[in-house]
Amino acid sequence: MSDAATMERLETADGTPLKVALTRALRRKRIRAVLLVMPLFAFLFITFLYPIGLMLFRSVDDPLVSENMPKTVAALRDWKAAELPGEEAFAALAADLEDARKSGNMGRLATRLNYETGGLRSTITRTARRAGKLEAPYKPQILEISEDWGKLETWATIKRLGDRFTAVQYVAALDRKYDAQANIVQLPEDQRIYVTLFMRTMWMSIVVTVSCLLLGFPIAYMLASLPLKHSNLLMILVLLPFWTSLLVRTTSWIVLLQTQGVLNDIMVFLHLIDDKGRVQLIFNATGTVIAMTQILLPFMVLPLYSVMKTISPSYMRAAQSLGAHRFLAYGRVYLPQTLPGIGAGCLLVFILAIGYYITPALVGGQDGQMISNMIAFHMQKSLNWGLAAALGGILLAGVIVLYWVYNKIVGVERLKLG
Amino acid sequence: MSQSSISLPDHAGPAETIWHYVYIVICALVFMFLIAPLFVIIPLSFNAEPYFTFSKEMISLNPDAFSLRWYQDFLSKDIWQVSIRNSFFIAFASTILATALGTLAALGLSRPEMPYRAAFMGVLISPMIVPLIITAAGIFFFYATLNDYVQMTGSYFGIIIAHTVLGTPFVVITVTATLIGFDQSLVRAGAMLGADPTTVFFKIIMPLILPGVISGALFAFVTSFDEVVVVLFVASVDQQTIPRQMWAGIREQISPTILAVATILICVSIGLLAAVELLRRRSERLRGLSPG
Repeated sequence: MSDAATMERLETADGTPLKVALTRALRRKRIRAVLLVMPLFAFLFITFLYPIGLMLFRSVDDPLVSENMPKTVAALRDWKAAELPGEEAFAALAADLEDARKSGNMGRLATRLNYETGGLRSTITRTARRAGKLEAPYKPQILEISEDWGKLETWATIKRLGDRFTAVQYVAALDRKYDAQANIVQLPEDQRIYVTLFMRTMWMSIVVTVSCLLLGFPIAYMLASLPLKHSNLLMILVLLPFWTSLLVRTTSWIVLLQTQGVLNDIMVFLHLIDDKGRVQLIFNATGTVIAMTQILLPFMVLPLYSVMKTISPSYMRAAQSLGAHRFLAYGRVYLPQTLPGIGAGCLLVFILAIGYYITPALVGGQDGQMISNMIAFHMQKSLNWGLAAALGGILLAGVIVLYWVYNKIVGVERLKLG
Repeated sequence: MSQSSISLPDHAGPAETIWHYVYIVICALVFMFLIAPLFVIIPLSFNAEPYFTFSKEMISLNPDAFSLRWYQDFLSKDIWQVSIRNSFFIAFASTILATALGTLAALGLSRPEMPYRAAFMGVLISPMIVPLIITAAGIFFFYATLNDYVQMTGSYFGIIIAHTVLGTPFVVITVTATLIGFDQSLVRAGAMLGADPTTVFFKIIMPLILPGVISGALFAFVTSFDEVVVVLFVASVDQQTIPRQMWAGIREQISPTILAVATILICVSIGLLAAVELLRRRSERLRGLSPG
C-alpha cells in the first residue's frame, strides 16, 4: 500500500479526509498571517500610496485651461496651426476671458499659460481687462491689444493645454517644450535647468556613495576583525551620529566648515592658509557632499560590517599559507567575499542620497542644490505644482527602480539598523 | 583568533608594518570624521559670546568665557517651550500608532505561511526609501483634498498620521529582526498547555520580541522627533516643533541658542542609543545568539 493511498484514506475525527483538512488549516493560517499585515498595509495605502498616486496624477492632469477657456478650446479644435485662427476663435477668446475675469480664475489661468510661454501673463491680464468692452469683429481689436495674439505659438499653447491630460509637465521637466507645430524641441541652452540638475544630483550622489565606501570600508573591516568587546565600543561611534538629529549634524557642519569656522581657524593657526585666504567649504557643493557623507556613512558601514562578520578568517590564513602575499590574499580572497556588502551599502546610500533635501537646503548654497530642493521650490515658492509633481515623478521612478534592484539582489528583509 | 587579522603578525615585513600603522591612522581619522562634529558643538554651546568659534579665552579655559546664557535663552523663550511640548506630544502619539501597526505587521510577515512576503515587505518598508520631499508633497495634496471634511493641514492629527507613516518601517524592521529564529514550537507548547491565542501572545511572544518592539518604538520616536519636511509642508504656526524651530534658526539667524538645543538633543540621543544597545544585547542573550 503506497503512502498516497494512506493519505486518501486517513480521515479526521469529523470524517473529512486529512488532505482536505490540511489544506483548509493551511489556508486559515495564511489568512491569519495576511490579516495581521492588513492594518498597516491599509493604513499605508490610504496615507502613503494613495497620496503619492494623487501627486503623480497631478503631474499629468492639467484642468485649468480646459475648464476656464472652454469656448476658445472648442473653437480651436480643428485649427491646424498653419495660420492665425478665424474670427470665431477671437470671439470665443473674448467671451472666455470675460468669464474668467468675473469668476476670479483669471490670475491662475494667466500664470499657467505664462509657465508654458513666457510673457503670456500680461497679455492675458491686459486682454481680459478689456474683453468685456469689445464688440464684433473681435479679431482686429484683440490683435491690437497685444501682438502675442498674432503669434501662432500663443494659440498653439492654448490648444495644447486645452487637453486636460497632457505630458506637458514631463516635457518641461526635461527642459523641452512644444513648438507651434506640436513638435517637442529642446529649450535654448540658457533656459535648460532640470536636466542639468538631475545630472548634478546623480553626480553628487555618486560622489557621496564613493566617499562613503572609501571611508566606510576600512572601519567596517576594523569593526569586524576586532574582538566583540572592543568593536562594540567603536560601533557606538558609528551609531551615535545615526541617532543624532539630522539638523544637529547639519548645524555642526556649518559651525565647523564656515569661513570663520573651526576648521578654517585651525588651518590659519597652523599657517596652512592665510587669514585672508580662508576656504569656502560650505554653502556650496563641497559642503553638501561633506555633510551628506558623514550623515550617510552609517548606512554604508552597517551592511559592510554584517557581511564581513560572516567571512571566516581561515580563508585568509589558507591563502597565505599557500604562499600568497598578505596584500594579494586580501585582494583575491577577502575582497570578493565582501562584494555583497559593498553592493548593499552602495545601493542604500545612493538611494538615500538621491532624494536628499534637508542638508542641501541648509548647507548647499547655490551650486549644492539637488532635485528635491527644486521640487520644494515649485511646491512652496513658485506654486507650479504640476511641474513639482512631474519632477517628483521622475525622481520617484529612479528611486523605485533602484529599490527594486536592491530588493532583488540584497533583499529588503536584510536591512539592518544597528 | 579573529584578533589576529588586525594586529600585526610577527613575521610582518617593513611594508606591512608601515601599512598597518597607516591603516590605524586612517580608521582613527574616519572615526573622528564621524564623531567630531558632534563634540565641537558641545563646548561652543557654552560660549559667552554670540559667535560660533572658540575665542582665545575659551581655549585658555578662562571661566569667564563660558556661560549658560544660551541655555537660559532656550528655556525662557515661549516659542521653544511650545516647540518642546509639540515635539513630545506628536512623537509620543505617532510612536504608539506606529509601534502597534508595525508590530502586528511584523508578526504576520514572520509567519512561515505568509504569502507574497517579499512584495508586502517591500511596500511596508518603502516610506523609508521614498524621498521625503515626495512623501511630504503627496501628503500635502492628499490633506488638501480632505480639508473639506476634516481639517488635516495645520492640525496635530494630520502631522501625527504623517509621522506614523514615516515611523512604521523602523518598527517592522526591528521586530522582524527579533522574530528571526523565533521558535514556533513555544507557541504550540503554550497552546497545548491550554493558553488561548491572546494569552500566548502576551505571555510567550511578547516577552521575547519586546526588545525589538521597544527599539523599533525608539526609532519611530526619533524619526518623528527629528522630522522637519512634513512639518514644513502641513503644519501651521500652532504646531511648531523643535526641528522646525531649528530649521528656521539655521536658515535665518543662526544663534548659539541652536547650539544649546543641539547639545541637549545630543545628550538625548546618547541616552536613546544606550537604551537600544542594552535592549539589543538583552535580546541576543535571550535568543542565545551571542555571549555578550
